[in-house]
Amino acid sequence: MKALATTLRAELIGLGGVVERNVYLTKRYILWDVAFFVWTVANTLTIVFIAKGIEATGGSIDVNRATTTLLIGAVVWAYLGILFEFLTETVAWERWEGTIEYTFMAPLSRSMHLAGQGVFAILYGLARAVLLFVVVAFFFDLALPDADFLAALVVLVVASVSFIGIGTMTAVLPLISPEKGMQLGFVAQGMLLVVSGVYYPVSVLPTWMEWLAKISPATYALDGIREAILEGQGLSTMWDEIWPLLVIGAASIPLGLWVFGRGEQYAKRHGKLKRSG
Amino acid sequence: MTDLHAAPVIAARPLGGVPAVEVRGLRKEFRRHDRRAGLFARKTRVALDGVSLEIARGECVAILGQNGSGKSTLVRLLSTLLLPDGGEARVFGHDVFAAPRPVRRLVNRVSVEASFFKKMSPQENLGYAARFYGMTSKQTRDLIPEILGRVGFPADRRHEPMEALSRGMQQKVALARALLTSPVLLLLDEPTTGLDPRSKLEVQEFVREVRTVHDATILLCTHDLAEAESLADRVGILDRGRLLFLETVPEIRERFGVATLEEAFFAATGREFEAESDDDEEREVFA
Repeated sequence: MKALATTLRAELIGLGGVVERNVYLTKRYILWDVAFFVWTVANTLTIVFIAKGIEATGGSIDVNRATTTLLIGAVVWAYLGILFEFLTETVAWERWEGTIEYTFMAPLSRSMHLAGQGVFAILYGLARAVLLFVVVAFFFDLALPDADFLAALVVLVVASVSFIGIGTMTAVLPLISPEKGMQLGFVAQGMLLVVSGVYYPVSVLPTWMEWLAKISPATYALDGIREAILEGQGLSTMWDEIWPLLVIGAASIPLGLWVFGRGEQYAKRHGKLKRSG
Repeated sequence: MTDLHAAPVIAARPLGGVPAVEVRGLRKEFRRHDRRAGLFARKTRVALDGVSLEIARGECVAILGQNGSGKSTLVRLLSTLLLPDGGEARVFGHDVFAAPRPVRRLVNRVSVEASFFKKMSPQENLGYAARFYGMTSKQTRDLIPEILGRVGFPADRRHEPMEALSRGMQQKVALARALLTSPVLLLLDEPTTGLDPRSKLEVQEFVREVRTVHDATILLCTHDLAEAESLADRVGILDRGRLLFLETVPEIRERFGVATLEEAFFAATGREFEAESDDDEEREVFA
């Protein structure tokens, strides 16, 4: 029992070490992050202004609702992008710096190593998502009198467990292809959101894509967040969104670790951990 | 010339208890695309070919070899960073490939490239490495400057980014990283390559200290003949993936009737130590 406690303590210290390292690196590259955030704001605005554009060209829509719907979709898209980016950096950045061999030969379990990366990604991503929502909302005269922002945030956190599981699967790609693996993470992000109703209701999708939407955690995250912000629904009425997220999370984390483990074995078999150049 | 390629040598010393390192018939191949031979053609290179050796606790063993001889592959295999195509390896009785976690607690490594987060400082990089071994920030706050001092790194520079430090300074931080986790087996993969003569001597002095003060077992892979001779109890020559012998320097001299390790290399392989063929260069890319 004591040995188990000692091991668990060491694992949690290792997890904290990954978070600590990400704090250092974020501080060092903060100006680059600011520049990237400006790009995200601009990108989000190009999407959210579509609602006003439709009205201006004679379309008849509830601009406030459409603007908020698009804004939520764009914020979730950006949030998922940050999560996947941090997770793929687990390998890609360390490989580039040449530290990956030292990290992979350390006695920390891979699950705690990836959990540390995931915890920081969630914290950083949430702060960035909130800021993005506030900054973009400033450009529009949005009326959100009933919005339950806390419930929306909780839904996003619960969904993050599933996102981390899926992101862990993509994190292995730079091990298999150091040159192009990271970009493939963006493919996963796009595929996930296109079937999840990121800027439109899932009901407009072809039937086969609707079926895919049912197993995508982003579907339930987007639904829950929209219900909380547009309808003012609290967590007590959102069980329909929460339980699928919990189930998908419970399945995706072990699946993600298994896929990453297989990728790590492949890399060790073929000498892909070694930095070249 | 002695026919050394007939059977790889298992060179062992009388050992008390479990050997620090026990390698039996270790084999590693690498396969790469060979576009010249066809779209899906692959080329296979044998990086290690049935290597067997034992290292006793507290011993310092040097493995000499040219670029591409398989030295780094051997170190990577013992570091749990590669999986073999055959054979087995044990570190203090733990199977390196079947149960790597206990091995990771016992081993650390210094390689030719210092490998750090360039924007982070030595203090931050070492702290990060230490957390992976379960050491808290409270434990490392005083320990890091102390260890940096012991490897000759000026403690007042420990908050500068790594990218502002010279290659020699970075290598000292790499030594400190290895020492920080108190490894009982230290794997040194050309730790002095590219260093200026003074830094080289400091690193070599550090290796002696680690061995005497910390009772560490050391596997030193190098292509510096003098370094191998001055630091190691036994010296082996790894040639194109095969360990030709692993003996004390006097035994090597006697075996080949030569005065230097360079001459011994020539006697064993028929090639000059410094001379490298295209094949060796290609092997280096693979291994």
